[in-house]
Amino acid sequence: MNAVPLISVQHLSRHYGNIKAVDDVSFELAKGEVLGFLGPNGAGKSTTMQILTGNLAPTSGRITICGIDLIEQPKLAKAEIGYLPEQPPLYRELSVDEYLRFCARLNRIRSNKVTAAVARAKQRCGLESVGRRLINNLSKGYQQRVGIAQAIIHSPSIVVLDEPTVGLDPIQIREIRKLIRELGEEHGVILSTHILPEVQMTCDHVQIITAGKLVFAESIQKLRQQMQVRHHIVGLRNPPNKVVLLSIEGVEQVEQLEDGRLRLQHEAQTDIVPQLVEKAVAENWGLLELTPERKTLEQIFVDITSADQQPAVEETL
Amino acid sequence: MMMLLLARRELRSLFLSPLAWSILAVVQFILAYLFLTQLNDFITLQPRLKMLENAPGATELVIAPLYGSAAFILMMVVPLLTMRLISEERRNRSLTLLFSAPLSMSEIILGKFLGILIFFAGMTAMLTIMPLTLLFAGPLDLGHLAAMVLGLLLLISAFSAVGLYMSTLTVQPTVAAISTFGALLLLWIIDWAGNKVGDENASGLFSYLSLLRHFEALAKGVFNSSDVIYYLLFITVFIVLSIRRLDADRL
Repeated sequence: MNAVPLISVQHLSRHYGNIKAVDDVSFELAKGEVLGFLGPNGAGKSTTMQILTGNLAPTSGRITICGIDLIEQPKLAKAEIGYLPEQPPLYRELSVDEYLRFCARLNRIRSNKVTAAVARAKQRCGLESVGRRLINNLSKGYQQRVGIAQAIIHSPSIVVLDEPTVGLDPIQIREIRKLIRELGEEHGVILSTHILPEVQMTCDHVQIITAGKLVFAESIQKLRQQMQVRHHIVGLRNPPNKVVLLSIEGVEQVEQLEDGRLRLQHEAQTDIVPQLVEKAVAENWGLLELTPERKTLEQIFVDITSADQQPAVEETL
Repeated sequence: MMMLLLARRELRSLFLSPLAWSILAVVQFILAYLFLTQLNDFITLQPRLKMLENAPGATELVIAPLYGSAAFILMMVVPLLTMRLISEERRNRSLTLLFSAPLSMSEIILGKFLGILIFFAGMTAMLTIMPLTLLFAGPLDLGHLAAMVLGLLLLISAFSAVGLYMSTLTVQPTVAAISTFGALLLLWIIDWAGNKVGDENASGLFSYLSLLRHFEALAKGVFNSSDVIYYLLFITVFIVLSIRRLDADRL
């Protein structure tokens, strides 16, 4: 089981007429991983997820779920997936218990185990107190939780969640993120979102998709490295010549900011701060300010999505 | 198994909405009224009928018209209940739940069809109770009654199959209802065209296509296997079309 990836996607494409919603996307997901899918609006996140869950047929490409081909044996493959679409697929006229029982039976849970499965899903999603209420009368946050409960009721190998924290309050968001981390221990989780901190908090792997293309696929550690400090803002009363600053070991570039401060770019591995401070004191530069400039995931995201989009636009022109 | 589960869910949702109850009540009320008027006429005519040889009985004079009216009324009622089968699920995005579950498209369609059929079987049973009460007063032609019940059930199934297919075509339940009603009405009156023209061949084809013609035979108590096969074929065609249409949603 461990040798076979939970999900393996090879050269997946989906075209709507001339529009390539998903263009040659390949990736894998192993057990115990949480994969975060990032992308601007209309990048093809939801389309990819719909294809993964069998709701949409791919134009080309191959998807195997636990070694089972999704196209050839959809029933077997679908039994291994739990899916929460963007809009939770609820029957609003039913009560939470009735709905979850139906979902359990739909996923072929034996009738003597249904009650236990429903109770477990409710407990995991914090729905114990609303079991008898009608879904229609629940708040958006609770409806979202019912949607998640529905996706995990049959303990699938893979849980696919399309923007699971939309419409939740901050406390609920924290609970759901905790739940996603828990799910990630036993199942593989694929998560799409446009909330960047969510990815940092919950995911092991990050994939950025833009205009249907996978442009970034790294583990979260690699991403953290990218996010390491590479810039310092320095304020000096008597700034020395640029050449002097460039002579400090590791400094690659010095940039004069409008307000007189300097922006130093340096190698990610070397820490320039001790040397800089020493020199500043010894040569009486009058150090006023020294601020590390951290690159946020947001910047990386913007860098990647905007850099890769421009050539694509030119191509189409 | 899965079909039964889906059918049960369908019925449950149906009875949780006031629509099903009000339709049951209205249809029952109208049919009861028609039944009583027919019965009244029959009782007034009875002394004169006695003088005739081979006079028609209550089955022909009271019950047959009742089933005829029921067929006509149901042609208008079926679209109202079948319209939401798929289209509403599509609109509420709950269809995703069924698509993501380990189910085949045939199971989804057949489950929904079964659910609506159980509902209409219940309606037919309620309707049939009325003629059966006449057994207290005298004998009935039970074979004839059985043929009429069978005919009505087949007719409703055919209506429902069309309604189900129309519901797979659209997101708007009302559009599904109107197109179903239009299609059913056309199939109902299609044999008029042939009759008017007076062309034997044309009228033969059109009357064969007509839903009504095949029902009329059964309503007269004539059990002809070709009529039953006509309905079964008709239902199969629309079920297969529905399955294919739903399958095309993924493409």
